[in-house]
Amino acid sequence: MKFPLSWLKDYLSTSEGLEAIEAHMVKAGLEVEHIENPAEKLSSFTVAKVLDAQPHPDADRLRICTVDTGDGEKTIVCGAPNARKGMTAIYAPLGSYIPGLDFSLDSKPRKIRGVESHGMLCSAKEIEAGEDHDGIADLPNDLPLGLPAADALGVNDPVIDFEVTPNRPDWLSVKGIARDLAAAGAGLLIDDSVRKVSGSYDCPIDIAVEAPEACPIFAGVLVKGVKNGPSPDWLQARLRAVDITPKSLLIDLTNYISIDRARPLHAYDADRVSGTIRARLGRSGESFEALDGKTYEVSEDMCVIADDSGVIGLGGVMGGTSTAVSDDTTNVFIESAWFDPLRTARTGRATGILSDARYRFERGVDPESCLDGINLALKLITDYGGGDPSHARIVGHAPQRRDRVEFDHQDVKRLTGLSVKTATMKKQLKALGFAIEDSGEIWHLTVPTWRFDIDQSADIVEEIARLEGFDSLPTTSLPVPASGRSVVTTPIQQRVRTARRALAARGFLEAVTWSFMPRDHAVLFGGGDEALTLSNPVASDLNQMRPSILANLAKAIQRGFNRGERELRLFEAGPVYQGDGPKDQRTMIAGLVRAGEPRHWQHRPAYDAHSAKADLFAVLGAIGQPAERFQIDSPKQAHFHPGQSASLKLGPKVTIAHFGALHPRALRALNVEGPVYGFELNLNAVPFMKVRPSKTKPVLEKADLLPVRRDFAFVLPEAVPADDVVRAARGADKTLISAVRVFDVYRGSGIPVQHKSIALEITWQPQKDTLTDEQIDALSQKVIAAVQRATGGTLRG
Amino acid sequence: MADIETLGTDVLSAIAAVEDLGTLDEIRIAELGKKGRISGLMKQLGGMTPDQRQEMGPRLNALKTEVSKAIERRKMALEEAALDARLANERTDLSLPPLPEPVGALHPVMQVFEELAAIFGDMGFSVAEGPDIEDDWHNFTALNFPEGHPARETHDTFFFHPQLGDTPKVLRTHTSPVQIRTMMAQTPPIRIIAPGRVYRNDWDATHTPMFHQIEGLVIEKGVHMGHLKGCLIDFVKAFFEIDDVEARFRPHFFPFTEPSAEMDVKFTRKGDSIQVGSGDSWMEILGSGMVHPNVLRNCGIDPNEYQGFAFGLGVDRLAMLKYGMPDLRPYFEADAVWTRHYGFKPWTTPSVSGGLSE
Repeated sequence: MKFPLSWLKDYLSTSEGLEAIEAHMVKAGLEVEHIENPAEKLSSFTVAKVLDAQPHPDADRLRICTVDTGDGEKTIVCGAPNARKGMTAIYAPLGSYIPGLDFSLDSKPRKIRGVESHGMLCSAKEIEAGEDHDGIADLPNDLPLGLPAADALGVNDPVIDFEVTPNRPDWLSVKGIARDLAAAGAGLLIDDSVRKVSGSYDCPIDIAVEAPEACPIFAGVLVKGVKNGPSPDWLQARLRAVDITPKSLLIDLTNYISIDRARPLHAYDADRVSGTIRARLGRSGESFEALDGKTYEVSEDMCVIADDSGVIGLGGVMGGTSTAVSDDTTNVFIESAWFDPLRTARTGRATGILSDARYRFERGVDPESCLDGINLALKLITDYGGGDPSHARIVGHAPQRRDRVEFDHQDVKRLTGLSVKTATMKKQLKALGFAIEDSGEIWHLTVPTWRFDIDQSADIVEEIARLEGFDSLPTTSLPVPASGRSVVTTPIQQRVRTARRALAARGFLEAVTWSFMPRDHAVLFGGGDEALTLSNPVASDLNQMRPSILANLAKAIQRGFNRGERELRLFEAGPVYQGDGPKDQRTMIAGLVRAGEPRHWQHRPAYDAHSAKADLFAVLGAIGQPAERFQIDSPKQAHFHPGQSASLKLGPKVTIAHFGALHPRALRALNVEGPVYGFELNLNAVPFMKVRPSKTKPVLEKADLLPVRRDFAFVLPEAVPADDVVRAARGADKTLISAVRVFDVYRGSGIPVQHKSIALEITWQPQKDTLTDEQIDALSQKVIAAVQRATGGTLRG
Repeated sequence: MADIETLGTDVLSAIAAVEDLGTLDEIRIAELGKKGRISGLMKQLGGMTPDQRQEMGPRLNALKTEVSKAIERRKMALEEAALDARLANERTDLSLPPLPEPVGALHPVMQVFEELAAIFGDMGFSVAEGPDIEDDWHNFTALNFPEGHPARETHDTFFFHPQLGDTPKVLRTHTSPVQIRTMMAQTPPIRIIAPGRVYRNDWDATHTPMFHQIEGLVIEKGVHMGHLKGCLIDFVKAFFEIDDVEARFRPHFFPFTEPSAEMDVKFTRKGDSIQVGSGDSWMEILGSGMVHPNVLRNCGIDPNEYQGFAFGLGVDRLAMLKYGMPDLRPYFEADAVWTRHYGFKPWTTPSVSGGLSE
């Protein structure tokens, strides 16, 4: 909402300057966004007198002017045809910036065709202060030398733009702004009660309110014999200041009253209205041409204004061309009605029409303002356009609303910590338009009809607090909670933190990518549920909640490679979505790597599926989950390579992670060059360790005896997973075997085809006594037997 | 016994002349071994008269000790020389580059979340979470958004396709639904912060369709708006790691708070960087207010018994202000260069006692 300061002063008597007014606005909740202060912009330009103007000896069109300025007498070369001796003009000194031309004068005098010019005489347009007809600004001679140009041109009127919060549609009126500023102590509200303009005959146009739920009250008046034409200069100037182009008196005055009082009106050419004017609901099949020149289909949800010809307007949104006033209009019908906010908003959205009327009605217009609107309009029409008004006709009743609230004045102290005298509160509330019935602790307040945001005591507390100013509230640190400080984060948050740090420490860069992705890609990554498809995505390729983080990471890796990265390790800890219920969201941590060529003099091995497994197990280890708890299982997700990936299970049912190479087909769909390797771990699926009652660590059990190690090599069919061999060996003696290490996998000479040799190093940790050779032999035989039983593997000869 | 003197001189000079450990050991055996010369002389002591033994015993013992020591000394000298000779050949060019270790980094937004948890944790808050996919009731209705509020429109909010007969689910537009979930699940006193992803249908130079917020909620008897101010000023000082901050609170409107306030802080722009705390301009940093009585009632809390405040702030922008990222958009692009530059080392853990940032 924009308004010029001079307009505000119609209703606010104040000696405060612009800065103080701004401060009062901010304090009261009117958040100033911008102040256009022409005086500031024009500060370098002043009134000057042209003492003499002689033709330039070397240029026909130039004149050499001798100018009396606030800075003394100056010689200025001027190209304007109207520069003449005795003229009062606008002077720009050397070095000043000319906004309309977007350049600055040199700070030293410049020769123009051999004559030094010490400044510039400007047109109003050149300093962006108006339009001129012919050359430089030609000002009245009575203006004193040195007067600021803003004053001389009558444009010294700052325009304030501020944010109107949706709870305060009364701030969409200059008078409403003045009321709050007066209540906040910025001045006095100027009494402006609307005077009735009497008509001399009954309004011949009938009004029917046929949908009171949409339009409960409709007031109208006819003015005959009006002379429409340009509105007065002051009115045009005010409209221009708020970016409205003046059209004609009958249109301008409705715009003016809308801004002045937040009271939208509509003017009809009465001669183009046929029969009764009805406020009713639309009928399907109806359409009409609005004032914006577009034709709109009407729906049964819309409130329309209709006459015998059909729809002539959308109530509270926009009128139609068929009954529009024109310069030739002589008989005008003025509508001052009230339209339901929600319906107005729906109609506005359905049609896409943005109008000042819609903006106000959908936020709430004072329902008691219909008759005031008629009288304000009649005053302006009869003052500036003449004519003969009828009596006003009012049909229907203003809507019922809550008009009384109970206010416990101790709530101010309770909720804000602020001590305010009851007398002060009363003064503030009265200034805002509340009527107060004091019944001791509880006051019964009558809410002004233009306020829609007051329902209970807390709402009144806000009024008092903002008028006092939040600066006057105490500033009190929160006391330490009675229960003391406890653990701040949940176990899953702790787990996320640890896992992230484990990966970052292993060279991964943390990414944060969209929670949504293209639906067709989501399908490839195990998702695509329709319940997780957005109906209004921001872009068509961000329309599905992600089932996995890996696709986003893969695309990010490709982007990195396209920009010249050699090797990239990315990870993200974040949500994936398995359904739209509150418990269907999972916290995953996913890592993905595209290996660069391992060019190093030490020949480091390239990152592969085993490396991804190492990173996954590092994360598990970091969050306190030893690798032995989990079992490697076959691939379970179609976006992983069938031969170079696996899933990780905890017990027979719970799968907690997938890792390995991504499937080339999935990568192709994403336009990502492979191979890429990674993992995705469901941090919710990994069980949490029981919280132990004490922080004391378990007693250290450290064997004094030296461990014994022996190597074994088993020949097995290719298809037997190494993990089976390890588990079988480990199971051979659950108390003594402390480690099983795979130290070689061999294929080739000495091993049958389709077979491999797996070499294990077994460590036994003696508990009480040293192991004898016989005991070690027996333990070795147990290992050999266990592996053979479980896998068919035989000891390599 | 002049021959003992001669023997000693001969053996010692032989030891001194030895150049390898094998020969040295041969001398040891030849002199001090079971059948060695000196051992043989020692054996002869048994056949001597007491007087002879009195004289010869000490002399032979001295000889034996002196030879043993000489052999030991020589052995050490030879071993040292051998080690030096070996090491002289064990050279490696340590100017060669070691295997490169990839360097990881933590995302600044995630780091800032941890900073916030550290600050508010120190004030007695714990961290709560809620789902990204919300229903209309938690995201709007319970938070006192009236029917027809513009935030409920598709130009602001992401909607899912409606399931049979239900109002469609939404992507939460703010972290405020976590207030509702917390108040429904816990009884006061409550102090929580709720960090997380939020979504709005907006994408331009300063908006992304997904961004991060943190919500704060305090419900306790006797907590008033002065505490809100104190808590948030304490927070700004702690977060920006400054001793003092010029702040102001302005009335504003949010459906779920009454009274509502926005907090502005003074800042200075120095070149490309912004310094928060003092300066010539105000900058809005968060929205806050006393929890609306309707919201308390919606969660089954009596507004006459309990009261409190809530606040919400944009974490991405907060991170930009503190760490100087000029643009929001790269946050979500997983750009390696950006992350290496603006990211945090894995071992930086924010804490109030140990400093929030490096």
